[in-house]
Amino acid sequence: MMETKKETAIKALKAAFPQTIPILAGYVFLSIAYGVYMNAFGFNFLYPMFMSMLIYAGTVQFVAVGFLLGTFDPVNALALTLMINARYLFYGISMLEKYRFPGIKGFFLIFGMSDETFSINLGANIPEDVDKGWFMLFVTLLNYSYWVSGSILGGLFGELIEFNTKGLEFAMTSMFIVIFLEQWLKEESHKSSLLGLGVSLLCLIIFGSGNFIIPSMLIIILLLSVRKESFMKAGEIK
Amino acid sequence: MTMTVGEHIITIAMVVLGTMITRFLPFILFPANKPTPKYIQYLGRALPPASLGLLVVYALKDVNILTGSRGIPELIAVVVVLAVHLWKRQMLLSIAAGTVIYMVLVQMVF
Repeated sequence: MMETKKETAIKALKAAFPQTIPILAGYVFLSIAYGVYMNAFGFNFLYPMFMSMLIYAGTVQFVAVGFLLGTFDPVNALALTLMINARYLFYGISMLEKYRFPGIKGFFLIFGMSDETFSINLGANIPEDVDKGWFMLFVTLLNYSYWVSGSILGGLFGELIEFNTKGLEFAMTSMFIVIFLEQWLKEESHKSSLLGLGVSLLCLIIFGSGNFIIPSMLIIILLLSVRKESFMKAGEIK
Repeated sequence: MTMTVGEHIITIAMVVLGTMITRFLPFILFPANKPTPKYIQYLGRALPPASLGLLVVYALKDVNILTGSRGIPELIAVVVVLAVHLWKRQMLLSIAAGTVIYMVLVQMVF
């Protein structure tokens, strides 16, 4: 007997949810921290709420707090956002085939492509009898809802308690270190990881903290392009 | 000087626009009906680890080893994150441990 659409969806949800549990923990913690962080700078909870709903990108949301506190400079905000999120270009390139769905489904998968959602939907062991499209959609939707609800909670919670947030931004740094370490532990070759660390560190020293991202990216792409043979194993999982 | 709410909205709209460009551009440039160039496929595989390395450096970019606390709280917190993660391999725990240690260090020690 054919499954109904509803049964197919429920089956996919049951397969997707367990895989998002670590992200539930990570996102709720980080997004509450984000809401509290914005609140500490005097922003109403609507700010973290709408920013999480519309931007849905952790790093740039933290950085954007700086944009909002500084002088009005929309061009700079756009340029820095493009730089910080440039890695999504590469996630998109990796998902070109998997995320091709017409209409709202394809749109939401691409819209909701975060580091963590990307990593689950890229490498997941999706059971044979589960619809891949629904599975990826639920992973994306669940992670998105964790992030948005945490931001709202943090934004509201921050109004109620006195909390010394100095150093809280390190949650973001810790997240990147953990994701980097996870990649390192899983990958076949460390060349690309080392390239990213090394080139960025060198550019940071040469160009300074305000200007190093673009030169870093250009040099990384250049080296990956001219030394293709040495990076052939890059990105492969053990 | 503080910005007006209108300026806030424009600034946030720019961040939304920038983020959506980076997410949607590959799908617009390489549509379904054409094969993706081999070079782009190669980059799609080779770039993610390097991007994560870049992000780690990015997150620590404002640490100054010459002045103030000389990056000691950051160094300790990074070691804690790595150690806890290698020990338990639980993302939340590693992030929480690093953040709490860092907050204690910058609020009470340094």
